[in-house]
Amino acid sequence: MALKTTMTKDPILKVEHLSMRFGGLMAINDFSFEAERGEITALIGPNGAGKTTVFNCVTGFYKPTMGMITMKQRSGKEFLLERLPDFEITKHAKVARTFQNIRMFSGLTVLENLLVAQHNKLMQASGYTILGLLGFPAYRQATKESLELAKHWLEMASLTDRADDPAGDLPYGAQRRLEIARAMCTGPELLCLDEPAAGLNPRESLALNELLQAIRRDTGTSILLIEHDMSVVMEISDHVVVLEYGQKISDGNPEFVKHDPKVIAAYLGVEDEEVEEVIEEIEEIESEQGGINP
Amino acid sequence: MANVASTTASAGTEVTARALREAVFTGLITLGLFFLFVGLKTDQNIRNELILTERWGLLATFVAVSMVGRFLIVAYVQPWLAQRKAVKAAAPEIVKGESFFSRNLSKIAIVALVLYPPVIVALVGVQGSLKWVDNFGIQILIYVMLAWGLNIVVGLAGLLDLGYVAFYAVGAYSYALLSSYFGLSFWVLLPVAGILAALWGVILGFPVLRLRGDYLAIVTLAFGEIIRLVLINWTEVTKGTFGVSGIAKATLFGIKFDASKDGFAALFGLPMSSAYYKIFLFYLILGLALLTAFVTIRLRRMPVGRAWEALREDEIACRSLGINTVTTKLTAFATGAMFGGFAGSFFAVRQGFVSPESFVFLESAVILAIVVLGGMGSLTGIAVAAVVMIGGTEILRELTFLKVIFGPAFTPELYRMLIFGLAMVIVMVWKPRGFVGSREPTAFLHERKAISGSFTKEGHG
Amino acid sequence: MEYFIQQLVNGLTLGSIYGMIAIGYTMVYGIIGMINFAHGDIFMLGGFAALIVFLVLTSFLAGVPVVLALLLMMIVGMLAAALWNWTIERVAYRPLRGSFRLAPLITAIGMSIVLSNFIQVTQGPRNKPIPPLVSSVYNVFGIAISLKQIVIVVITAILLSVFWYIVNRTPLGRAQRATEQDRKMAALLGVDVDRTISVTFIMGAALAAVAGTMYLMYYGVVVFTDGFVPGVKAFTAAVLGGIGSLPGAVLGGLLIGLIESLWSAYFTIDYKDVATFSILAIVLIFKPSGILGRPEVEKV
Ligand SMILES: Nc1ncnc2c1ncn2[C@@H]1O[C@H](COP(=O)(O)OP(=O)(O)OP(=O)(O)O)[C@@H](O)[C@H]1O
Ligand SMILES: [Mg+2]
Repeated sequence: MALKTTMTKDPILKVEHLSMRFGGLMAINDFSFEAERGEITALIGPNGAGKTTVFNCVTGFYKPTMGMITMKQRSGKEFLLERLPDFEITKHAKVARTFQNIRMFSGLTVLENLLVAQHNKLMQASGYTILGLLGFPAYRQATKESLELAKHWLEMASLTDRADDPAGDLPYGAQRRLEIARAMCTGPELLCLDEPAAGLNPRESLALNELLQAIRRDTGTSILLIEHDMSVVMEISDHVVVLEYGQKISDGNPEFVKHDPKVIAAYLGVEDEEVEEVIEEIEEIESEQGGINP
Repeated sequence: MANVASTTASAGTEVTARALREAVFTGLITLGLFFLFVGLKTDQNIRNELILTERWGLLATFVAVSMVGRFLIVAYVQPWLAQRKAVKAAAPEIVKGESFFSRNLSKIAIVALVLYPPVIVALVGVQGSLKWVDNFGIQILIYVMLAWGLNIVVGLAGLLDLGYVAFYAVGAYSYALLSSYFGLSFWVLLPVAGILAALWGVILGFPVLRLRGDYLAIVTLAFGEIIRLVLINWTEVTKGTFGVSGIAKATLFGIKFDASKDGFAALFGLPMSSAYYKIFLFYLILGLALLTAFVTIRLRRMPVGRAWEALREDEIACRSLGINTVTTKLTAFATGAMFGGFAGSFFAVRQGFVSPESFVFLESAVILAIVVLGGMGSLTGIAVAAVVMIGGTEILRELTFLKVIFGPAFTPELYRMLIFGLAMVIVMVWKPRGFVGSREPTAFLHERKAISGSFTKEGHG
Repeated sequence: MEYFIQQLVNGLTLGSIYGMIAIGYTMVYGIIGMINFAHGDIFMLGGFAALIVFLVLTSFLAGVPVVLALLLMMIVGMLAAALWNWTIERVAYRPLRGSFRLAPLITAIGMSIVLSNFIQVTQGPRNKPIPPLVSSVYNVFGIAISLKQIVIVVITAILLSVFWYIVNRTPLGRAQRATEQDRKMAALLGVDVDRTISVTFIMGAALAAVAGTMYLMYYGVVVFTDGFVPGVKAFTAAVLGGIGSLPGAVLGGLLIGLIESLWSAYFTIDYKDVATFSILAIVLIFKPSGILGRPEVEKV
């Protein structure tokens, strides 16, 4: 917790006193955290801790019972996300997301998926359809640009070969990458990824790490990440927030969080007495992994 | 060798035995189904009382036909189908290159349609062409256009609309009423009818688009019925069930199609015939239908059209990409309604008469059936389905030779809707995805590949 | 006041008929998620079966007691409608199970067209009037309650109790509920899903046939197009009550019956169906899953 003061430089997202109640269940209870601009912030926690619910509140799919979510863009413009409808959060506040259960447009091609993501831009360029229908050149230019952008993200997600196949036909890992590429096509400043590595094999997982790091490096997009796979979290995130039963139990850099006894206890579901043992085990595993992942 | 022969022989007898069993079962079911309704007929006697007529012979025929049919299917057709399937599976599928015909199908179809009236006139003469141009040409094209319009809502946006005929009615009455009260011409009122229908689409759409799936379906059905009931009951304006008659005809650049001195026939030195007007109407509806197709194709490649299809695939993902799903749905509703309105005003000008009877739920059902039978989203498939379903039932009217077989009291028209319904069921069971199950992508990087229907979704809203 | 109660009684009677039909819609929807558009025509078919049985009784076995006649009409009607619905499910819906959602909807509409036209072709297109079966009217505190109405409400109440018992207290009902929740899981756990679905169609048809008999008795006339309007109303009732919910179907039926008779009594009869449909739309706008339906949670 002491680390917190050193980190408030330029937060892109500020979540304050967030609470979400489903009937009798308090899924999130007075949860606050900040995500730094240009960093990868990981949100971790055991199953059912409320991570996805936090995402849904941030991206407007749920309206929080209480709390304030502030998004500050590079330009300095601020948005109170809890007041915006979901689609405007992507459109104006520039927050994009992926889903824990992949949501593809499975009957559209991979390329079409990426074009749909550029809807608002193209809609404007086509004069809300009317000019486009009449074949105005401005729209043709915009179409060309949107194809270029789609090509760029296809390249980044190594999906160029499959551009003309239906998205539903892709293997699982490729669908995950496509979903990220699609979110990037909306031109976000904050990208929220809900368990992007779930169900990936080690090779795909590695490719994903590279994609995420490339996104941050090349576009400066800040990333908010939910992840269970600790190796991904430890390797790529700059800052980790830990959630358990809807409450924050730890917040700091990966190194700090990894050794926080509260986190270990919560995450592994062990009693406090056994924590020491577990830490030793983790260190052992890490030294083994060090050989594999340089 | 002998062994193999004996096993096939025993398999043969087994199949026969099974076929017999099934035939008996089918016979019993048929007997149960038809005993009351075919075996006995309710009739009115002279004193207007109901009496029963017995028709056991007819019932026996039904049962016999069903048994023989079932026997033949189980004993011969099914093994044959299974064998053919096995052969097909064994032989590697040869990928046929697209033939010239299939590649240019739509162009060929358009040329054929443009040439249709002159060819018919050449074949059967001006007067004889009336039936072919009107009953087959115009009638089918109206349904093609309606189904293409509804396709935008159901096939692209995935919104189940069971009340589409309401917009058809709005278009028809817009023209009928505005032309008889204000004397405006068809060409002025055609766009007005489209706009009014689109407006109604938005008005009706706005409150209900929050509903999903079957709730949306029932509310659209209810709206269709409300519009029809209002047309029936608002007699001061709509003349109720009597309908509006004497609706002005359309003109071709101011040339009227009547017997007057400056009418079309007189102007071109032709003998007066109503066929010219019908031919004119044929080209009119052809133009309108092609406009619908052109706009649909264009829109599909634009952001709205892509958003419609994305909406059909996954609404939540759409919202996560910044797409306003409410306006997207509304535009789909309004665009579909607009084409319904165009078709409606054409209907009014063609009939010269509109009444609420033309806008019953059955019409909505028929249009929806054409969209689904054709293959949702596919313009070609839908056109084929309209030709098969509407043309097929129109042909029934022509089958007068059946009177020779079934006696002079036989009226094939009576069986029209019965056969229509059966055809709907059979085609759907045979091809659940419709005639054209695949989807054309709207953009491509390397090559355009059709997308198999197993990937596309049908929408839930 | 008396007038009001009179209308209430009439509405209740009509609502009972709608409710009985609505149950068939709601059960089929609950179990396989399809709108069985042909259900209204099954109701009409049941009415015709009852009509034919009635004619058989009067022309061949004159002098049967009314109670027995009604009972026979109902039972034969139930059998005929059940057999038809069973067959339709087998040939038109089962092959499409698990495929495209709209395909069974279209076959159902097709079947609805087939049924009404079948009756038109085999029984003729004209109205089929019968002499009144039960005509006594009781006067209770100035309110005229006919025996017909009592019969309808009582039979509805009895059948609904039986039905409720079957669905909630028997292994069959358990199989139905299991199939409704998760068809695959139910099949894995040994529920014969095909049979359960067939039975659902049979039960729905039987209730519709009873409704058809009651309709014939109440109005004294039936015609081949009679499947549509009561069918749509009953479907509206099922949706209004919350499709998938049995009590919802009955509640919806009663509500629609009441709306109709009260509207006709106090406003204009011409717009009674407009009123019904408008109320449906308004209710759904504020309660998108109907009155007793489970709200659809949109889990992201
Ligand atoms: N729409 C909803 N209605 C009711 N309860 C909900 C809803 N969404 C989430 N919950 C509940 O809130 C709690 C937190 O769920 P959430 O999905 O946020 O957990 P999570 O941390 O993402 O878990 P996982 O790691 O399994 O994805 C759970 O108990 C869940 O059942
Ligand atoms: Mg989650």
